[in-house]
Amino acid sequence: MSGHSSYVPKTGIERWLDVRLPIIRLAHDSAVSYPVPRNLNYLWTFGGILAFMLVAQIVTGIVLAMHYTANSMLAFNSVEHIMRDVNYGWLLRYLHSNGASMFFIAVYVHIFRGLYYGSYKAPRELLWILGVVIFLLMMATAFMGYVLPWGQMSFWGATVITNLFSALPVVGETIVTFLWGGYSVDNPTLNRFFSLHYLLPFMIFGVVGLHIWALHVVGQNNPTGVEVKNVQKDTVPFTPYATVKDIFGMVVFMILFAWFVFYQPNFMGHADNYIPANPASTPAHIVPEWYFLPFYAILRAIPDKLGGVMAMGGAIVVLAFLPWIDTSKVKSMSYRPIGRQLFWAFVVVCIGLGYLGAMPAEGGYVIASQIFTVLYFGFFVALFVVGLFERPKALPTSIADSVLASKGGSAARVATATAAEPNVKG
Amino acid sequence: MAHATDTSTGTTRRDFLMLATGAAGAVGIGALVVPLVSQMAPDAQTVAAGAPVDVDLAPIAEGQAIKLFWRGKPIFVRHRTKKEIDEALAVDVATLRDPQTDQQRTKAGHEQYLVVFGNCTHLGCIPLGTAPGESKGDFDGWFCPCHGSHYDSSGRIRKGPAPLNLPVPPYAFTADTKIKIG
Amino acid sequence: MSRTSFRLALTGLTAALSLALFQPAAQAAEAGPKPPALSWSFSGPFGKFDRAQLQRGFKVFKEVCASCHGASLVAFRNLSQPGGPEFTPGQVAALAATYQVKDGPNDQGEMFDRPGRAADRFPSPFPNEQAARAAQGGAYPPDFSVLAKARTYTRGFPTFVFDIFTQYQEQGPDYIHALMVGYKEPPAGFPALLPGQNYNEYMPGHLIAMPKPLSDGQVEYPKGADGKSPVPETVDQYARDVAAFMVWMAEPHLEARKRLGMQVMAFLTIFAFLLYYTKKKVWSRMPDGSPAH
Repeated sequence: MSGHSSYVPKTGIERWLDVRLPIIRLAHDSAVSYPVPRNLNYLWTFGGILAFMLVAQIVTGIVLAMHYTANSMLAFNSVEHIMRDVNYGWLLRYLHSNGASMFFIAVYVHIFRGLYYGSYKAPRELLWILGVVIFLLMMATAFMGYVLPWGQMSFWGATVITNLFSALPVVGETIVTFLWGGYSVDNPTLNRFFSLHYLLPFMIFGVVGLHIWALHVVGQNNPTGVEVKNVQKDTVPFTPYATVKDIFGMVVFMILFAWFVFYQPNFMGHADNYIPANPASTPAHIVPEWYFLPFYAILRAIPDKLGGVMAMGGAIVVLAFLPWIDTSKVKSMSYRPIGRQLFWAFVVVCIGLGYLGAMPAEGGYVIASQIFTVLYFGFFVALFVVGLFERPKALPTSIADSVLASKGGSAARVATATAAEPNVKG
Repeated sequence: MAHATDTSTGTTRRDFLMLATGAAGAVGIGALVVPLVSQMAPDAQTVAAGAPVDVDLAPIAEGQAIKLFWRGKPIFVRHRTKKEIDEALAVDVATLRDPQTDQQRTKAGHEQYLVVFGNCTHLGCIPLGTAPGESKGDFDGWFCPCHGSHYDSSGRIRKGPAPLNLPVPPYAFTADTKIKIG
Repeated sequence: MSRTSFRLALTGLTAALSLALFQPAAQAAEAGPKPPALSWSFSGPFGKFDRAQLQRGFKVFKEVCASCHGASLVAFRNLSQPGGPEFTPGQVAALAATYQVKDGPNDQGEMFDRPGRAADRFPSPFPNEQAARAAQGGAYPPDFSVLAKARTYTRGFPTFVFDIFTQYQEQGPDYIHALMVGYKEPPAGFPALLPGQNYNEYMPGHLIAMPKPLSDGQVEYPKGADGKSPVPETVDQYARDVAAFMVWMAEPHLEARKRLGMQVMAFLTIFAFLLYYTKKKVWSRMPDGSPAH
């Protein structure tokens, strides 16, 4: 996709720099002249939104670390010190805690966009796998960050999640002891979690660099899933076209972000985390943050310790194999009558699992969780099977053609919709 | 947009729109900087803890000095002897690096008490000369061992690299032997 | 998304919900009534504390609650800062001086008591949790500093989704108020109360160690011009006032937050509109000059 660079150094300094360290050329090629499919919809702005959220989390996090104390005796009060005494401390802390949730909202949209439009398929397998790696790193970072205020949910979340590793045969107990740095979750645990919570975002930053590099090698997917054939006709330069669209997307996303930060700052948190950690008493309902709930539901659905952990891990790892699980030749679900329904069913299953993860693990909830866990993994099996026999709709010959067709007006759209019906039933 | 012709009005409108958007973006980024920078300033608890403190000078015998802390900084309070006061008054102010009379550095009627910040004005070390037995330097005041600055019995810089006299903190006598610093 | 897949999605969602929603009906009956949602001056995007209410709430806290409950994160100086009860700094200094605060060690190496200063935090009634439990028959009176944010009740689906839009977030004060007015005789069939147990309608499990703390006329409120308190001196009013005061203690910058929020929202909305039209302009022509979609 990169091909020939269109950068022309204008001044003497730029020419001098260009033969020694072509950093301006790199920036120009990847953020200005980089060709972007002209038919991207707003779901494609979430990559930029995620980059913004990562930087926002790192900036607010560094600032919060200037005031936070990673000591089990002082951590809770130091967070409250930030909330009460530090200038704009309440803002920075609420930006950071709600920022984590917004980060996950954006990443889930980003993931489901990739799922719908088949962005994991050749030649983007590695791009997708790097994304799964980022997702895993995000989960680790978010989990350790949630431990830092040292409230009841912090403490018991840390206890439960670290105990997951004890399910591993032979080495499990040793791993858990090493995670704790003691015989239970205590000050050493908090201290190392703080260290890692500070480290991991920079690892995410690095993997995001690879993710973007891989993206710029293979180019962006687009709603048709048809690759760029003619750069002139099918693409627009990143700047100004994608830049202004991405910034618009970011600002709209910021409105949602600000709504929570300023008006509902504790909506996505848990009240129990305003109770200082107490190793002698577990809260009645311990639940992880909302973004972990679907996986938590899968964990609890399996009535076996190791089995539950394996199922939960598998639910994430299976995503990395998606490029080879999906057998369809067509990328975009827009042209896959059955695949599309599978996709929406999967969305419902994930939301359902999220709901069940928040409910107590008893009676009907457990049975429902088990059904939904089967459905979750069933999606991947179905995707494999359906791809073998599904008859996709006709793809547009090029991106430019699809843009022209959609300009044709509603008449053309109705025609495609009715054409889709027999396929669905068949 | 069909009417995006390059007429003069069209260009003006586009320029204005771009300008307004760019300006709004700049304002937004500027506003973001405010909390990020102002969080570096002392927080409310630190500011509140820096409220004035009361000090009782009665226990300080003539010729002795004490070290106390206000806002995290050391403050020297010296109960000067007659000899020390006379030395301080005898200096020709015009010859000083940072010209100040002894009267400017003490409170009238309480000349025996000298109250100064205890950080060398060179690079912030604490000069010797407060505790008994410590070197008071060449001028019966304080001597900073870090880089060899000598202060006289009025806390004025006399020799060495320090540029200024030891500053006098804001304080007032609330009784004959009681002061409020701050 | 075609109509069929939408239908499928709906069916799935309904199935998921019906599976899950059968369950909580039984639980809800057991958990007792939900605290009524009161109207608070500080709710909503323009919410502000009622200064007089915070001052009354402080009086209730000081005269009743503070004998067992601490507020260890709150400093006297907070009482005069903007957005709170806004006592004058002079009132705060005088109030602080009535408390004895542990300080030290002095030159003899001993801890000593001195009159409080504005910068001091509220002294807790007990030196530590163990001492509190020992004095309270095993129960621990929780610290009030962030309690209004640490107490809640289940809103349930779909109410919690609506809460995003209505900005309802006053579960804490609603629960605290309900708890104060929820002391009742146990219903028939309820197991006999042991010593140190009290029945409360809104307490999860209905058993609470704290005896009914408030009674009508217990705290004398400042009189108005007519020689009477402008608000009734009742348990209900005391509970409202102290709950509001506790919200302020837990969220002392609430007013500043909501005020800044309105400015940020206004700015972002304008900026978004500007960007939208800029984006339309940019996309109105393709790089080769041809008009776009």
